[in-house]
Amino acid sequence: MVPMIEAQALTKSFGGTDAVRDVSFSVHKGEVLGFLGPNGAGKSTTMKMITGFLAPTRGTARVCGYDILTQTRAAQRRLGYLPEGAPAYGDMTPFGLLSFVADVRGLGGANRKKRIEAALDAAQVRAVVHQPIDTLSKGFKRRVGLAQALLHDPDVLILDEPTDGLDPNQKHDVRTLIREMAAEKAILISTHILEEVEALCSRTLVIARGSIVADSTPADLLRRDPLHGAVVLAVVPAARAALLPKLHLIPGALTVAEEGAEVIVRPVPGREADLLANVTQAMRAENWPVTEVYQQRGRLDVVFRTLTTTARAPVPTTNAPPRAA
Amino acid sequence: MAPAFAVFKREIASYFATPLAYVFLVIFLVLATSLTFYMGSFFERGQADLQAFFNFLPWLYLFLVPALSMRLWADERKSGTIELLLTLPLAVGHAVVGKFLASWAFCAVGLLLAFPLVIAVSVLGTPDYGVIIASALGALLLSGAFLAIGSAMSALTRNQVIAFVLTATVCFLITASGTSLVTGAFANWAPTAVVEFVSGFSALTHFANLQRGIIDARDVLYFGSLIIGFLLITALIVDLKKAE
Repeated sequence: MVPMIEAQALTKSFGGTDAVRDVSFSVHKGEVLGFLGPNGAGKSTTMKMITGFLAPTRGTARVCGYDILTQTRAAQRRLGYLPEGAPAYGDMTPFGLLSFVADVRGLGGANRKKRIEAALDAAQVRAVVHQPIDTLSKGFKRRVGLAQALLHDPDVLILDEPTDGLDPNQKHDVRTLIREMAAEKAILISTHILEEVEALCSRTLVIARGSIVADSTPADLLRRDPLHGAVVLAVVPAARAALLPKLHLIPGALTVAEEGAEVIVRPVPGREADLLANVTQAMRAENWPVTEVYQQRGRLDVVFRTLTTTARAPVPTTNAPPRAA
Repeated sequence: MAPAFAVFKREIASYFATPLAYVFLVIFLVLATSLTFYMGSFFERGQADLQAFFNFLPWLYLFLVPALSMRLWADERKSGTIELLLTLPLAVGHAVVGKFLASWAFCAVGLLLAFPLVIAVSVLGTPDYGVIIASALGALLLSGAFLAIGSAMSALTRNQVIAFVLTATVCFLITASGTSLVTGAFANWAPTAVVEFVSGFSALTHFANLQRGIIDARDVLYFGSLIIGFLLITALIVDLKKAE
């Protein structure tokens, strides 16, 4: 099946330096691809190229099979785009803005009214539909931008930081909305909120200094944390020294380290579940003086920091197989 | 052209959504009529025509039109809406034309609202309506040329004040090149052909031709090519500089 979004070696140079270098990826229907990276890594620049706002220095992108360079209008008709910061004409009302976008997109007749209503409902901006956008709160402005992107029910959605500036409840609503639409569309979102990636995305692309440094599922990324699956035990101080050699011998244990009042047992990669079972079994059998035991999950911020600060050259990526659509 | 019309509609609505439209129209009418009656000696001339009105129009447009055109693109760039606009399925040309036509239509409304002057002269005497119509056409073309220049200057910057100053300067140059101040400076030493060329470049000269009541293709062509030329330049600048 043809991917709905396809970036091919997208490169953008500003004054000789590459802001984005050889970025290639594809998004299929049913996928939510999370674009993750520090500020200035090239997320927005890449999105601007895919939506036809910026011409790439090299490479190209395709939306629903239409080349953004040679079939710009056809590609733009099939995508909805929320630019960074959700810019909107401040003197217009949300209704006015949606009417304008509907006019440009050539929505007419009964469909036009239906689509405007649907977009207002989906983005929950009905309460402020006749207020000038300038007077709206940040959260409402963001949602007006979202309504504009959804207006023509596009196959492809490109959302640059869709939940930035929203309160936790609004974030939840926007995520729910994106999740509801996910099955029918190909969605590309950029964010630097790590929890969002876990909550929303079927695949993650980590970008740093203009290049892709990882392309995998969020769960896969978590596994890159050296402490992913580590078993942490809180042990009575007097018994700690005697326990350490025993933990070394537990099948599946890689290293054992003391940290404050806790003992951390790192697993041999791939044997995380195994390790926990073995530790608890030994604990019960020998009646260790342990007050607390838990298994740690990988932390995305650790992985994120490692990927975006250490990698000078792109590391080999583990491509997740595209989900069946 | 449907997308261009959508842009046109949006722009017109945005003029009237803020006090801009009302302030502009009121100032334009107050200045235009007071210049006509006080400085133009409308009554003292004792002639049933609108020369007094049209003579001052280029100088009035010189600072009012840049005020109208300065926001055309600078504002889009500053607020980031240019990204929203240009990722919609429309050609840059459509956006340029839509915006320009909206500002031009707005100028035309201002001109139209001065029609009580026509009533005044027809009450006072029997004016030559042909001359008035040709002069009005000249004024319309002049404002169009200024707006096209203003649109290009506005596309150059995200700062509206800079856009205003640039537009006023360029418009002043093409207006003043026909005044005796400039032609006089050339007349003493340059061959007549050069003086003719400089003066032929002037918006004032062509406007004066139309004010005599003769609609000459050359004058219309002059303004037409200014408008089209500067709109093409606008589209080029918008396309090249949109990301900055």
